[in-house]
Amino acid sequence: MATNEVVLALLRNGPAHGYDLKRDHDAWFPDARPLAFGQVYATLGRLERSGHVEVLETRTEGGPERTVYSLTERGEQQLSDWLAEPAGPAASSAEEIVRKTVAALRTGADTSAFLARQRTAHLRRMRELTAQPANGDPAARLARDHLVAHLDADLRWLDLAVERVAAGRSTSDRSPVPEEASR
Amino acid sequence: MTSHSAAPMLEMIGVEHAYRRTVALRGVSLTVEPGEVVAVTGPSGCGKSTLLHAAAGIVRPQAGAVRLLGHDLTALDEPARTHLRRREVGIVLQFGQLVPDLSVLENVALPLLLDGHERAAAYTAATAWLDRAGFDAEVGTPPAELSGGQAQRVAVARALVAGPAVIFADEPTGSMDTIGGEQLLELLLGAAGERGTAVVLVTHDNVVAAHADREVRLRDGRVEAEAVLR
Repeated sequence: MATNEVVLALLRNGPAHGYDLKRDHDAWFPDARPLAFGQVYATLGRLERSGHVEVLETRTEGGPERTVYSLTERGEQQLSDWLAEPAGPAASSAEEIVRKTVAALRTGADTSAFLARQRTAHLRRMRELTAQPANGDPAARLARDHLVAHLDADLRWLDLAVERVAAGRSTSDRSPVPEEASR
Repeated sequence: MTSHSAAPMLEMIGVEHAYRRTVALRGVSLTVEPGEVVAVTGPSGCGKSTLLHAAAGIVRPQAGAVRLLGHDLTALDEPARTHLRRREVGIVLQFGQLVPDLSVLENVALPLLLDGHERAAAYTAATAWLDRAGFDAEVGTPPAELSGGQAQRVAVARALVAGPAVIFADEPTGSMDTIGGEQLLELLLGAAGERGTAVVLVTHDNVVAAHADREVRLRDGRVEAEAVLR
């Protein structure tokens, strides 16, 4: 995820300190991995050095000292440029399920059993996501839809893999692959 | 409407069926508990729809047993099967399959009218279910003038109106856009959940299947895999 730009977007709604940003991030993306505090402060430090955010004030309010950041003009521009560009397509060949399936096929493991287990795991995750109430918040719903759509794409790939493995098995039943070709 | 017992809602044991030379089911066994939502999935031609039709008593299988609410469907004659279907079963087929000579309202009220309810009460209930199903056209419309999505909304309203013990649904949102389909599926499963109605969903759509408690996957007329999802 483009953490820099997401932090800029979070600050677009008004100045905030690190704790607010972490809380707002986790509310925006409830199904994603929570943002670690260390990551928030490292990102703010980086953005301050590059002139995209600036320190507005330091508040104590009876508790620990908190530094409030705000977006600079340069930060606004960076956010606007980022939103104007489509995201790059995912490098799906690096996906874990592809690596595992290919490894299972290449090492002679029970690929069909692996694919069936993976399908169940994906469906369970999809069920968890679709079972959660959307609370009428279109932005939260869209973030979840994106995850569901990715799971659905993976599931369609898994179904295709099952077909290809079955087709490969029936082909090799009819005419065994020469030993040299199977290496 | 009946009180639903804790015995299996549906038991299929070694069910076999063929259409001429095409074998659709090769010894399928399936049990569905009261209130359970089961998705039947699998590639095209794997026997999903035949399984649903056999379970609902629309098709009499050539071998094996089908017990619906404890009644052996294969031993019942057609009038008895029809009677059981009318009282206990809601069916949503792929393209709505509404009665062409009846209006939308009459189609939805039909299960109640056949069950001896007063016409006014049946129409009131039918109107309310059509509304919940998001049907926004004129209720006097004949089925031939409906879009695929509208017909599916009507079919879901008709399946729910009499409070059946089990609903069999074949691609219930197949003709709908994503958001409309999602809303209709939520209505179908929400209403079923409130009443402890079991649902057997045939679907090729993973997002629809992910709403189920259990997935039963068919291949070449056999159960290839079963997975608990909840």
